[in-house]
Amino acid sequence: MSTLLIDIALFTILTVIGLAIARIRQLFAVAMLSGLFSLTCACIFVLQDAVDVAFTEAAVGAGMTTVLFLGALALTRSREESTPRSRSLPAMLAALATGALLIYASLDLPGFAAADAPVHRHPLTARYLQDSPSEIGIPNVVTSVLASYRGYDTFGEVVVVFTAGIAVLMLLGRGAATSVSAPARVQPLHQQNRVLRVVAKLLIPFILLFALYVQFHGDYGPGGGFQAGVIFASGLILYALVFGLDAARAVAPLAVLRGLASLGVLLYGGVGVATLLLGGAFLEYGRLGGGDALAGQHLGILLVELGVGICVTAAMILLFFSFAGRGAGRPGKTDE
Amino acid sequence: MIVTHYNYWIAMVLMMIGLYVVMSHANLVKKLIGLNVFQVAVFLLYISLGKIENGTAPILDAAFTTYSHPLPHVLILTAIVVGVATTAVGLALAVRIHEAYGTISEDEALQRDQQERDAA
Repeated sequence: MSTLLIDIALFTILTVIGLAIARIRQLFAVAMLSGLFSLTCACIFVLQDAVDVAFTEAAVGAGMTTVLFLGALALTRSREESTPRSRSLPAMLAALATGALLIYASLDLPGFAAADAPVHRHPLTARYLQDSPSEIGIPNVVTSVLASYRGYDTFGEVVVVFTAGIAVLMLLGRGAATSVSAPARVQPLHQQNRVLRVVAKLLIPFILLFALYVQFHGDYGPGGGFQAGVIFASGLILYALVFGLDAARAVAPLAVLRGLASLGVLLYGGVGVATLLLGGAFLEYGRLGGGDALAGQHLGILLVELGVGICVTAAMILLFFSFAGRGAGRPGKTDE
Repeated sequence: MIVTHYNYWIAMVLMMIGLYVVMSHANLVKKLIGLNVFQVAVFLLYISLGKIENGTAPILDAAFTTYSHPLPHVLILTAIVVGVATTAVGLALAVRIHEAYGTISEDEALQRDQQERDAA
C-alpha cells in the first residue's frame, strides 16, 4: 500500500513537471525542471530495484545534462517565442495518435512485475543470476553483465562518448582556444561570495573521494566507471563554477583531458587486444589471470571499468569546458 | 488492468509529452529538452519491464533469492551516459546555429535560408 502511494505521488510529480516543461517559455526554468524530472525518475528507478541506473540518472540527468542546458542557454537566448497554433495543433494530434497506438500495444505486455513474464523465464536470466558467481565471481550482476558478458556493447558505448566529446570540441573548440587569455567578463564567483568558496572547498575533496569509491566499489555495490566518471567530472565542474574557468583549466589543461579521453578508450581496447594475444577471444578476461579464470575476470573488469571512468571523466569535463569557454570568450553579450 | 499496466501508461504519456515538445516547438534548445524528456520516459518503460514482484536489486547476496532482471539496467545505464553525450552534440550544434543565424528558432533560420536563395 505504501509503495502504491509513493508511486502515485512520484508519477503525479513527473507528469506535472512534464506538462510544465511543455508549457513554460522561460527556458532557464525549463532546464531546471528537466533536472528535477530526472531526479524524480531516479527515485522511481530505486523503487524498481534499478539502483545502478538510479545512480547514473541522478548524476547525469539531474547534474550534467542540466549544466549543459544552462551552458547552451547562456550562449543563445533564454526566452522562447510563443508557439503558433498552426504548429501546435498537428503536433498535438500526432502525439495523441502515437500515444493511443502505444497504449493499445501495451495491452499485450505482461503485467508490471509479474513473476512469470517472459523476461524472467528466459534461460539467459538464470545464466546471469545463478551462474555469474562461478563464472565472473562478483556480487553485482549489473557490473558482470556490463563489463564482461556484454563487454563489446559497453566498448561501443565508450567509443560513442569519446566521439561525442570530439564532435563538441570540433564544433565549439575554436572559441575555447581563444578565450584562455581573454579576460572573463563576469567576476569569478569566489570573489563575490565567501560562503560559496568555503563550502566548495569543503565539498570538492569529498566529491572526488566518493567518485573513487564508486569507481572501485562497483563490483560489490551500485557503481562503476560510468557513474564515477560523471561524479568526478562534477567535482571539477563545481570548482570551475566557483573559482572561474581559468583556474579549472590550470588544474585540468585541455591537452591532458584530450589525452585522458583517448587513454580511456585505448585502455579498454588494449585489454581486448591483450586477451587476443594471450590466445583468447577479444575481451575474454579469463585469460588474464594465468591459470585462474576468476582472477582474470577481476583484473579485466577492474581495468575496463577504469578505462570507462577515465574516458567519461575527461569527456564530461571537455563538454563543460567547450560550452563554458565559448561563453567566456565572447565580449559583453547582450541578452534580450 | 489499471493496477498492472499503469506504470507503462505513465511512461507512454511522458513520452508523448516529449514528442509533442519536439514537434511543436521551433526553438532548438527546447526541442532538445523535449527529446530529453522522451528519452527518460523510454528509460522508465525499460526499467519497469525488468522489475519482479518481491525482488531486490541484482546484487547477489545469500539473504535474497529473487532479483530484478539486470539486463535492462545495463542497457539503460549506458544509454543514459551516451544520451548526455549526444545531447551535448545537439546543444553544440544549436549554439553554432545561433552564431551563424542569430536565432535558434528553426522557422526563422529556414526563412533566412529561403530569403538568401531568393536573392541569389
